[in-house]
Amino acid sequence: MAASTTAGGPRPPLWRDVRVLRVVGQIAFAILTVAFLWWIWGNLTDNLQSRNLPTGFDYLSQPGGFIVQYSDVTSSTPIWKVILTGVKNTLLVSAVGIVLATVIGVLIGIGRLSNNWLVRKGSALYVEAVRNIPVLVWIIFFFSALLLPVLPVVEESVTGDLFVANNRAISVAGPTTPSGGAGTLWLLGLVAVLAGIAVAWWRTRRNVRTGQPHHRVIWGLLTAIVVFAIGFVVAGVDVGLDRPAREGFAVTGGFALSTPYLGVLIGLVVYTASHIAEIVRGSILAVPKGQQEAAQALALSGFQRMRYVILPQALRIMVPPTANQYLNLTKNSSLAIAVGYADVMQVVKTVIGNGRPAPQNIAIAMAVYLAFSLTISFFTNLYNRRIQYVGRS
Amino acid sequence: MADTTADRDMAAETAMPGPPDPPERPQVARLTPMEWVRENLFSTWYDTLMTVVFGAGLVFAIYRGLRFLFVTGRWEIIDRNMTNLMVWLWPNRPDLLRPWVALFLMVAAVGLLAGRAVRVAATVAEEAGEPIEELSWRENALRVLGRFWPFVMLLVFIGWYSGSPETWLMELLVVVDLLAFRALALRLPKAVADRTGLIAGLLFLAAFGTLTWFGGHGWDDWGGLMLTIFLAAGGIILSFPLGVGLALGRRSSFPIVRTICVTYIELIRGVPLITLLFMASIMLGFFLPSDFNSPAGVTRALVAIILFTAAYVAEIVRGGLQSVPQGQIEAAQAVGLSPLKQTRLIVLPQALRNVIPALVGQFISLLKDTSLVAIIGQFEILGVARRITNQGDFAGQGLLAETLFFAALVYWVLAYTMSRESQRLEKRLGVGER
Repeated sequence: MAASTTAGGPRPPLWRDVRVLRVVGQIAFAILTVAFLWWIWGNLTDNLQSRNLPTGFDYLSQPGGFIVQYSDVTSSTPIWKVILTGVKNTLLVSAVGIVLATVIGVLIGIGRLSNNWLVRKGSALYVEAVRNIPVLVWIIFFFSALLLPVLPVVEESVTGDLFVANNRAISVAGPTTPSGGAGTLWLLGLVAVLAGIAVAWWRTRRNVRTGQPHHRVIWGLLTAIVVFAIGFVVAGVDVGLDRPAREGFAVTGGFALSTPYLGVLIGLVVYTASHIAEIVRGSILAVPKGQQEAAQALALSGFQRMRYVILPQALRIMVPPTANQYLNLTKNSSLAIAVGYADVMQVVKTVIGNGRPAPQNIAIAMAVYLAFSLTISFFTNLYNRRIQYVGRS
Repeated sequence: MADTTADRDMAAETAMPGPPDPPERPQVARLTPMEWVRENLFSTWYDTLMTVVFGAGLVFAIYRGLRFLFVTGRWEIIDRNMTNLMVWLWPNRPDLLRPWVALFLMVAAVGLLAGRAVRVAATVAEEAGEPIEELSWRENALRVLGRFWPFVMLLVFIGWYSGSPETWLMELLVVVDLLAFRALALRLPKAVADRTGLIAGLLFLAAFGTLTWFGGHGWDDWGGLMLTIFLAAGGIILSFPLGVGLALGRRSSFPIVRTICVTYIELIRGVPLITLLFMASIMLGFFLPSDFNSPAGVTRALVAIILFTAAYVAEIVRGGLQSVPQGQIEAAQAVGLSPLKQTRLIVLPQALRNVIPALVGQFISLLKDTSLVAIIGQFEILGVARRITNQGDFAGQGLLAETLFFAALVYWVLAYTMSRESQRLEKRLGVGER
């Protein structure tokens, strides 16, 4: 009996053989997981059927039965289109929020290391005051306690030449849709951007070959603007300025930034900027001090030291945690639900409130956020790899 | 041979007559206030510009803040609703004996832990041979005030605006309770002191029991700040076993187990907490058998918070597991420990000690995230702050700024103090440097 388990002897009995146990253990774990999911799935379909709710996704093509403000959603729009509007709104608030939070966060992060006493202390005050308060409190504060009471009601809108502001929305003037549809304009914009990128790329190549300064940003921007202007004149696009105007309780024309949108946006930006500022500060401090001193020895100005020596190195440390903050901002945009901004979560909640099945709807919302998360991780990983590679070569 | 002569030459060169002079400290330029201002505020033209712009903004913000606090803010709503903000509709109102006793028990536990931390830090400093500073009581008081001024500010705010002598008395008792147990922890015999963590845990449990057992009320009847703290503390403690399990699963050599754990962690981390809270509040009934008595609101929120936090705890613990050197595992294998014992006795204790700061960070972030349960209709402190503006006496007066300010102040004091104290403790105990 003992001999059978000694080394070199015949294989141990099945219930003590590690190789067997590994396989059996894993299979058991998998079976347990599957059984659990199966049980939940069974309950789910049973419950849906007993409440006369559909188990599939066919309901998505039925009309939603409610309107979404500041969009083209009417009560006869199919549900999938309504949800798509919500996705668009989530994208709108997240994308603008990410850009603004990055700009403000970087400025404040650098401000915390400024030589100016007031700027240094003021930035520290901002960071410490903001990041320890939940983002939801900020969103509710900016919308319900600041924008709503401060801005006037529609009848008493503050009206300027290019804007109309009330506590429903701040409408600003924007370009009108040209008679041939917006297609030409978009096409023109795309061509201009491509031309700008091409020129910037050419300037970079030239810089690499000859060593002459590239000024690629200026060149690229100028090219894009010139191409756009030429195309604009040549194609004869009849675009005008669409000024917002108020008639009674309605504001027509212009581009409306609804107050819920502004509340969510400002809340997210203020909160996330404080976190990004901390990341920026930490990353700059992590750059060896000798770099700063060497740059000083070369008589670079404060701006040049930052731009050409410190920030490129800090960037490498900064990217992964900042990407994490971008993810957080996108996920936190779901708190729009607290102030009624029609993001995907709010739309899904309304759809559920109208008697549509909750499980499918929540699953859709989760899938949307997962897709956003994965997309952001993908692009930031790509960027991260790029700057790491450039740095090491 | 050549080596030794070279060595001797080196020694002769580096040998110095007598002890070296202590390095002279660099002269710090003494600046007159005018010079200091010029140096720090107006050194260049853009420095001046920044000072003016930033200063104007700052002065405006501070002016508006102070005006709000002392002139325009109508704080009666906070005063009248203080009990609501703290415990919401505690079912036995006006009898608040149980919450008070629970508070005193918890404060006592915190006091014990604080005293214990001081003792351990002293031991660590002694082992490192650092001198222990002797401070006069005045210096000591100033230092404590420097660390805990947010709490003092909160207590003063509550006492001042509630305008009743009993509030001041109760606040004083809380502080006395804290200091007494801190002093007690410093004087406990070593055998007892080594079990401070256990005693504090029992005190927390007793606080929980005071609220729920013997005719008390379960957490479904809780609200206000009490619920906020319970959700945060309960969330992190209850999610811990699941989180550790997921982390071990993710590091396991079993591909199926690993896949399932990775899927769970990444899935949860990819979606916002609010979707999980909605899932729990609307959909838990769908997932359970129809004859199952599904739990009430707070329990549902707690379940969502646990499932959510577990994924984050798992990632933190995974970091800790990766920080344990491979040699430790090999040594454990060499002494013939079974895989289970290797993990339990060798790997986990080292891994968990390394991740304490990260766990505190997660706790702080969870404390802020508990505000989200207000959206699904639970009355933790933010929910109460929003709700009380609709009371008959206060409705339609735009008092949300005041109530939000109070809720924000409470969050801020808790989060700020905890992050500061954990950084300080981390530095003093040398966590992560061992």
